[in-house]
Amino acid sequence: MLIANVHLARIVRPTLNRHLLLALGAAVVLVAISEQIGAYDDYNLTAVAIFAVAAAGLTLLTGLNGQLSLGHGALMAVGAYTASLLLKDHQLPVVVVLLLAVLTTGIVGIIFGYAAARLRGPYLAGATLSLAVALPQIATRYKNIFGGDAGLSVPASAPPAWLGADFPPERWLAWIALAAALVTMVLLGNVLHSSVGRSFIAVRDNEAAAALAGIDVARTQVLAFVISASCAGLAGALFGYWSGVTAPAGFGLGLSLQLITAIVIGGLGSLAGAVWGSIVLVFVPSLTSGMASSLNVPSSVANNVPLAIYGATLVIAMLVAPHGIQGALKRLLALARARWGHSPASGKKGVMDWDDPAPGP
Amino acid sequence: MSRFFILTLDGLTQGAIYAAVALALVLIWRATKVINFAQGAMAMFTTYLALFAIDHGAPYWLGFVVALLSGLLLGAIVERVIVRPVESAPPLNVVILTLGLLLFFEALAPMLFGGQIRSFPPAFSIVGLHVGNSQVAFSAFDAFTLGSVLAVMILLLVLFQRTNLGLRMRASAFNPEVSRLLGIRVGRMLTLGWALASLVGALAGVLIAPTFLLYPNVMDQVLVFGFTGAVLGGLDSAVGAVIGGLLIGFALSYVGGYLGSDLETVGALVILIAVLMVRPRGLFSLQRLREV
Repeated sequence: MLIANVHLARIVRPTLNRHLLLALGAAVVLVAISEQIGAYDDYNLTAVAIFAVAAAGLTLLTGLNGQLSLGHGALMAVGAYTASLLLKDHQLPVVVVLLLAVLTTGIVGIIFGYAAARLRGPYLAGATLSLAVALPQIATRYKNIFGGDAGLSVPASAPPAWLGADFPPERWLAWIALAAALVTMVLLGNVLHSSVGRSFIAVRDNEAAAALAGIDVARTQVLAFVISASCAGLAGALFGYWSGVTAPAGFGLGLSLQLITAIVIGGLGSLAGAVWGSIVLVFVPSLTSGMASSLNVPSSVANNVPLAIYGATLVIAMLVAPHGIQGALKRLLALARARWGHSPASGKKGVMDWDDPAPGP
Repeated sequence: MSRFFILTLDGLTQGAIYAAVALALVLIWRATKVINFAQGAMAMFTTYLALFAIDHGAPYWLGFVVALLSGLLLGAIVERVIVRPVESAPPLNVVILTLGLLLFFEALAPMLFGGQIRSFPPAFSIVGLHVGNSQVAFSAFDAFTLGSVLAVMILLLVLFQRTNLGLRMRASAFNPEVSRLLGIRVGRMLTLGWALASLVGALAGVLIAPTFLLYPNVMDQVLVFGFTGAVLGGLDSAVGAVIGGLLIGFALSYVGGYLGSDLETVGALVILIAVLMVRPRGLFSLQRLREV
């Protein structure tokens, strides 16, 4: 038993292995879930995965590197338009499209990252906010390239033949999005546990001290921006597949604000928080709109109940759970541990370890 | 009349409104280091209240006063009840909180007042004034817009620079602890700061509604451009906010007029980035050296 434990520890100890195992476990569970649910829920599951990719990238930038971006929706637009333009004239495999979208958005991220590295706090917020408003306008303006307000259509990716002829395309898309999300999580999880991740946090906490410790502050900030933008690009390309059309209206200011909301509600600075936030983002509105339509009130009221509840939820969440869902879960776990004595290694493994890196040795 | 002149006048009136919103944002930023994203939504709400009064037979000016007073009150309530408890929370939490407020007000307004687009009466004629024989693209209402924003700015300047109360407000924003030691009720000063800012926002709402009409998210774009103006001018400077707002107004008008209205926002972005690359804290802020 003891020897088995030691062997297990050797496999589980390295960060990469642990994250891969976690991702594998999650993949099995998620595929099983997607087999059980209908097309509509598959569609929602895809949305959660897409938001999780973008939110994970944003939490790296905002939560761990301290750069507030209100313009990630615009970066998603870059990814989505890359995918649509690629698919306009060519038939390309999904993986190629996604990778090229990541690459393009990463390059755009370098440009904006350099600008962003000079700005702090509200000034960065203002600059990224105007990016979120301006970028969709370019698509409106250059109609012959980007299709104007109507946008470009994105052909669905057909499920491969070996899955059978009647395999639902919604489930196939859910698989793609979930795979992308898990790959993103594993990669980001490893970045966060590396020296790069620690330098992100050092820069966030104290730029002066980080610089004194030999960290190139500006370069670290640009790197964080590029990684974060690449995630947004991936999410954007998936978003294109998911909605079937890439149009400026889909990438307005609202999307950027939803993303920032997701990471704060979920728990700023942890990848698990990004997932929680994405779940809230997708399921709370659909829950509340179902609730509102069952109420017996005039439509002008019923139509706005979900938004009102959403807004009130944000306010109340910030008042009662300032560290988001992940923070609340951690506190619950700590309480439980204090109450029932601590079980060995309970804090080291499992979901809780997705998030911020353990303090260094 | 030359196209340039028309665009300049248009930019001036538009810019005055952005300046008012920028001023409101800067007032709150200086007092509590919070960017109030709900500023526009609060202004939209107070404008609906004014319209409600006018619908029920109140004369225009009573509606105007209703908007300003409800703005004052709403600002004070929001600061005291919602923002005060998160004063020491991470800055991003307060951002999310004000975003939540924004959504809440935008949902509440159609619930109370109906969701359809409403027109809002102007204080004065919106037909261009006659100078000699020719009509200029500048109405009495435009003059009122400009004049009232200017008046508010001067009043605030007098308040902050020339009165004891203004001094106490500045002291509270500058160093709350020392101010408290000196016997200033810092909490009250912050509430007052929010109330005044919200009043300025409410003014912007009443001024913009006749041209932009009134619907729940009418102020979204105005807020974005007001914020852009505030950042352009430097968030620590009230004068900077007004000039930044005016600059954004001009920029939008010229870009829209010469290059096409769908490039307006791109123009604003380009100008903002260009300015921030040279002066990362805005045009009028005191450039403090970064540590190290």
